[in-house]
Amino acid sequence: MKWIAAALLAGLLLLLPLFAGDFYINLASQILIAAIFALSLNLLVGFGGMTSLGHASYLGVAAYISALLTSRYGFGHGAAAIISIAGTIATAAFFGIIALRATGLGFLMITLALSQVLWGLAYRMSDVTNGDNGIAGLTRPMPFGISLDGAAAFYWFALIVTSIAFLMMAIFVSSSFGSSLKGVRDQPRRMAALGFNPWMIRWITFIYAGFWGGVSGLLYVYYNKYIHPTSLSTTSSAEALLGVIAGGSGTLGGPVVGATLVLLLKNYASAYIERWNMLLGLVFLFIVLVMPTGIVPGLSKLMTRLRRGPR
Amino acid sequence: MQFWIIQGLNSLSLGGLLFLLSSGFSLIFGLMRLANLTHGAFFMLGTYFGATALRAYSGLNIWVTALGAGFAVAAIGGLFERLVLTRLKTNPLGQVLVTLGMSFIISDACLVLWGGDSIPVPTPHNLQAPTRVLGFVFPTYRLVLVGCAIGAAIALYFLMERTRLGAMIRAGVDDRQMARAVGIPVSNLFTIVFCLGAGIAGAGGVLGGPILSAYPGLDADMLPLALIVVILGGIGSLLGAFVGSFIIGFIYTFGTALFPELAYIILFLPMIVVIAFRPQGLFGRVGA
Repeated sequence: MKWIAAALLAGLLLLLPLFAGDFYINLASQILIAAIFALSLNLLVGFGGMTSLGHASYLGVAAYISALLTSRYGFGHGAAAIISIAGTIATAAFFGIIALRATGLGFLMITLALSQVLWGLAYRMSDVTNGDNGIAGLTRPMPFGISLDGAAAFYWFALIVTSIAFLMMAIFVSSSFGSSLKGVRDQPRRMAALGFNPWMIRWITFIYAGFWGGVSGLLYVYYNKYIHPTSLSTTSSAEALLGVIAGGSGTLGGPVVGATLVLLLKNYASAYIERWNMLLGLVFLFIVLVMPTGIVPGLSKLMTRLRRGPR
Repeated sequence: MQFWIIQGLNSLSLGGLLFLLSSGFSLIFGLMRLANLTHGAFFMLGTYFGATALRAYSGLNIWVTALGAGFAVAAIGGLFERLVLTRLKTNPLGQVLVTLGMSFIISDACLVLWGGDSIPVPTPHNLQAPTRVLGFVFPTYRLVLVGCAIGAAIALYFLMERTRLGAMIRAGVDDRQMARAVGIPVSNLFTIVFCLGAGIAGAGGVLGGPILSAYPGLDADMLPLALIVVILGGIGSLLGAFVGSFIIGFIYTFGTALFPELAYIILFLPMIVVIAFRPQGLFGRVGA
């Protein structure tokens, strides 16, 4: 039953461009990008117990480095991608050293402050980043000579990357390292007593999450062919966090569902009203007050109850 | 020489403003273990209230306006605490998330109500003339603002150290359960402290108006400064907020004047140094 559903879903995702229009294909591509981003944040929030409000930093750093290298310094996409991912990893490693001096709310505040610093830098350092105008006129890469300018081609490219990301993160979480991460989340002192190094486990996870955040940032800048400081803003981090919390942190499917919902809401709501930030705030209040554990855990609880029959 | 003195005074007045902002944040964090991310929005709301009132009635006194706006913002904060935050007592992460949501709602509501253009707040007439001391010219309003922040710091110190309410708050900070057990109504204290913190931020917003003016994004500019101040000074410490505010005030002002593009990086250097050697902040207590 479960396998049939998974196969149906995979088939649907693969064949989507054959029956959907360009608008929906592009929407699906955006969802895939948001899903990688939410999944990477979920490594921290759900499996590591580290609630970061600065995850947009990694998306933004990768996107900005790639944009600058390809548009201004004439780098090819391959080299630019490698350098920007390396830059993102370095940023995450450095920010991790600072932020992981604290846990809990202190960690949250430091990640928020650090990401605001990057946002301010992107805004004010207009010689380099072009400030509020953003960097426009970017191109998409051509892996193996295949053009990704069509909606369907880009969708398939994003689908491949997303599938790899999902698998890699699923393996990461279910590995023995993932178990020790969950141990550190729940009982850091006992784990330390058992000889694990909680700080190192958290730091490695922080960098790994930053890496996938950077990958989603690359896809993001390829898709939009444009980058603006708002990608680094608190709103951007908060949208991803809302996706993780709404979908269900600490599950693999949750962030994907949550990110999909946030993105659909953003796209459809902004067609009718301009007030996306207000709506985002209200959804935050609603989710936290009404569905604190998220949609996916709530639904799976409901499913098991239905299967067992009414008591 | 004139440059250094004027920038020095600017640093002091920004430091004073930051104290008005971060002292409330620090108080709330100390008692409620809540990182109130709405704090920047409360400050901005105060600025907009002040701008509206002062431009509508030109004879209005800025101090009365600050007091009025402080009470108005305190009331909004109190409602938010009573209606939303109390429901999430067992969910500290949820509390942070709703304060973030609330800050989005307030800043977007301000955008709807007051539009996207920045609204200057007039400097009070009797403080417009510059003061001359020893041959140097100072903007009077900034001098008064520094005095005002120091006055607020002394008042808060007396409130916390010399009154019954302060003693109850300190008891709640030290050990919430024991405070409840000896009959201190901690839930009411939460509301009082939240109102107080929001009110100081709102009043600070009005007083900062003539310098900063009211504009969309003011909250996003001020909140990180407040975060850096309290991380630097030690979360929950009033003295830490005071010292941290002036340190950041100086660094930010001189950083912006001397290296405008790198101001943000310079701003976070002291934070890195402090976190590396004293993760609890300059005046924070271990385990707090």
